Amino acid sequence: MTTKEMAGTQVELDNDGHLKDFKTWNENIAPELAKEEGIDALTDRHWAVINFMRKEYEATQTAPTMRKITKQSGVGTKEFYELFPKGPARKAAKIGGLPKPKGCI
Amino acid sequence: MSTMEPVKKVTIVISKGGLEHVYPGLIMANGARMEGIEADVFFTFFGLDAIIKSRMDKLKVATVGNPGMRFPNGMAMPTMMGMVPGMSSFVTKMMQKEMDQLDIPPISEFLEMISDAGGGIYACKATVEMFHLNERDFCDQLNEVITVGEFYEKSAGAQIIFT
Repeated sequence: MTTKEMAGTQVELDNDGHLKDFKTWNENIAPELAKEEGIDALTDRHWAVINFMRKEYEATQTAPTMRKITKQSGVGTKEFYELFPKGPARKAAKIGGLPKPKGCI
Repeated sequence: MSTMEPVKKVTIVISKGGLEHVYPGLIMANGARMEGIEADVFFTFFGLDAIIKSRMDKLKVATVGNPGMRFPNGMAMPTMMGMVPGMSSFVTKMMQKEMDQLDIPPISEFLEMISDAGGGIYACKATVEMFHLNERDFCDQLNEVITVGEFYEKSAGAQIIFT
């Protein structure tokens, strides 16, 4: 486990480089996490996914499945892959301050 | 593992048409795309049923010749029981219920997901000819009917997984 300064605050990261506690996340940390994943700017469409995932995580304590995200967040599969290339669910979870998704779907 | 080259591309061959034969390949293909790995799925022989519009959502679990079959309580199912009329439908329904709870989509929707995720969907030319199938029999996600030679060409640099 490591501690890192992000957007002016100290945050703890897990072994996957995700925030250890999703409550330590804030909207200023997201762009920094996005840069680590090669995403230079977060658009409204990125935020639609991130906000949906955080809301679901808060309610269920697990990151939503790919199917749920692409059916309910307003961002479809194609767009999801375009917004977060090479590993959309994992990248979006990381940027949103959530742990690495555990499901297979 | 960290010093090993990560998997960059997979081609998954689905050659059987039972529900339990098709899903593993689809889950692996979709999972590959989710990890940023290139993925193609090649359907051959009875596996083609999974991309035939009128059949894809009617696949069943094989209850005959499947020594792994168990009742919901975990008790082994005697092979003969698999022959009881309606058993295959019953087991299929049970499995679909479990899959639905895990948010695993029906075959048609799963293929749409994989295709939208950039995965290629291919059908085996020899089988299409053998079964007298037509391109219009297939779901919209089918990219192309290809020969085994083209299959190898497309699989350049990929790990080929036969299921």
